[in-house]
Amino acid sequence: MIERALARLARMIAGASVRWTVPPGAPEVQRVYFGNHTSHLDFILIWSALPPAARVHTRPIAGADYWGRGRMRRYLATKVFHAVLIERAAKSAPSTARESIDAIADAMGSGTSIIVFPEGTRSRDGTLLPFKSGLYHLCQRKPALELVPVYLDNMTRILPKGEVLPVPMLSRVVFGAPLHLEPGEEKPAFLGRMRDALLALRDA
Amino acid sequence: MTALSLPYINPILARLMAGVVGLLIIGTIVGAVLARRATSETGKATVANLNARIRAWWVMVAVFAIAVATGGVGSIILFAAMSFLALREFMTLTQTSRADHGVLLWAFFIFAPIQYVLVWMQWYGLFAILIPVYAFVTLPGRMALSGDTTRFLERSATVQWGLMACVYCVSYAPALLMLVVPDYAGGRTGLLFYLVLIAQLNDVLQYTFGKLFGKRPIAPTVSPNKTWEGFIGGTLTTVAIGTALWWATPFPPLVAAAMSLVITLMGFAGGLTMSAIKRDRGVKDYGTLIEGHGGVLDRVDSLLFAAPVYFHLIRFFYVP
Repeated sequence: MIERALARLARMIAGASVRWTVPPGAPEVQRVYFGNHTSHLDFILIWSALPPAARVHTRPIAGADYWGRGRMRRYLATKVFHAVLIERAAKSAPSTARESIDAIADAMGSGTSIIVFPEGTRSRDGTLLPFKSGLYHLCQRKPALELVPVYLDNMTRILPKGEVLPVPMLSRVVFGAPLHLEPGEEKPAFLGRMRDALLALRDA
Repeated sequence: MTALSLPYINPILARLMAGVVGLLIIGTIVGAVLARRATSETGKATVANLNARIRAWWVMVAVFAIAVATGGVGSIILFAAMSFLALREFMTLTQTSRADHGVLLWAFFIFAPIQYVLVWMQWYGLFAILIPVYAFVTLPGRMALSGDTTRFLERSATVQWGLMACVYCVSYAPALLMLVVPDYAGGRTGLLFYLVLIAQLNDVLQYTFGKLFGKRPIAPTVSPNKTWEGFIGGTLTTVAIGTALWWATPFPPLVAAAMSLVITLMGFAGGLTMSAIKRDRGVKDYGTLIEGHGGVLDRVDSLLFAAPVYFHLIRFFYVP
């Protein structure tokens, strides 16, 4: 109920039009929707753009340092959108990074899809930052995952990092064709390929 | 500063609405016949687009009729919403920078709403200068405070221009409700209905004449679809209809002809200007909200320049 109303509100504020470059696949397949990250509206926007059948078992991954702080944020993240809260790897030891991947893999179980932002933080000017390696480690543990790139257009201008109020301009949510981790693929090559796939959607 | 009353409908409005519905019925029938006859691929695409436009017209006419029938408040809400949607389409296409966030918030959440509150209050004195004076002298200062000097003049001009076109100019349409012309039976909404009817009719007729006879483009680099044949055919027909509808206006027939001509010429200028901006930004339509018509801005572009001129002509010559 609340999550639907909020999702609708976010989509209205961001004037989002949704585009699938290939038709959305079967809702029960486990997927990782990975997008470029520039605003706090991003995960709500991707979530609301999914077909309802896929939406019900898709959870966002969010940084515990931001979404776990404060009652309202915590409530929105955990109770409304059922986010998986993790410690951000950049600020913590490698052991925490491994724990985060464990936590995500556990939360996914055998039927849950997730929304992630592999840049690890919001980009200040809209350029796509280098990807963190979490996506790679997750795919090593679950090679069958479908990886769906999702490009969010214009969100940098609607709600830039550091601003509180959004300017209600129009945005686009573009879903790309699903990708997989190839057998024997090295980490840098894989992350580069994922990043390129996301960038390619910008002009789609 | 008297508040407006509702509901608001009179015999003149009723007849005009009946006429519009009649036109739409004819259009729908013609569209259905054409859909059966079209054989070539391009022909089918054109007819499909035509029928999408006609369907959207039914919705737009219904919305407009409800807005006008509820008198002032309905029209003001409708045009305020159109201003908001037009402004967001416009700003989306321009190149503002990260530093302009504050200025854009002012434009969307301070100047645009206040402009329509002034229309509702019928406070003409401030309505007429809020954006050309107060927004003009405050926005660039706010933008300079943010510290980014890259393309500064272009960025501040863009926000000012967007406000002028999408909010100030559009708000002149519901501002017609402020004008009380003595001995005119159409009431205040009659003036508004006539403006919108003539401007939109002109769009439709120029499009139709262009599709049927269009050969020589007027400004090929701006819009290949605007041709001399469409312009002349559309303008003459619109002015003829506008003159024939003189009974629905406070004007004698000759003045009605002149007013229709002004509306069509300003409408054409508005459409051409917005096309030039779109062309520069590399898009065909401003948005996807109205099926077959592009965005809201693509639909109101013919009102942008026509509404203020029409308003001031009536105010100067007909309001004591």
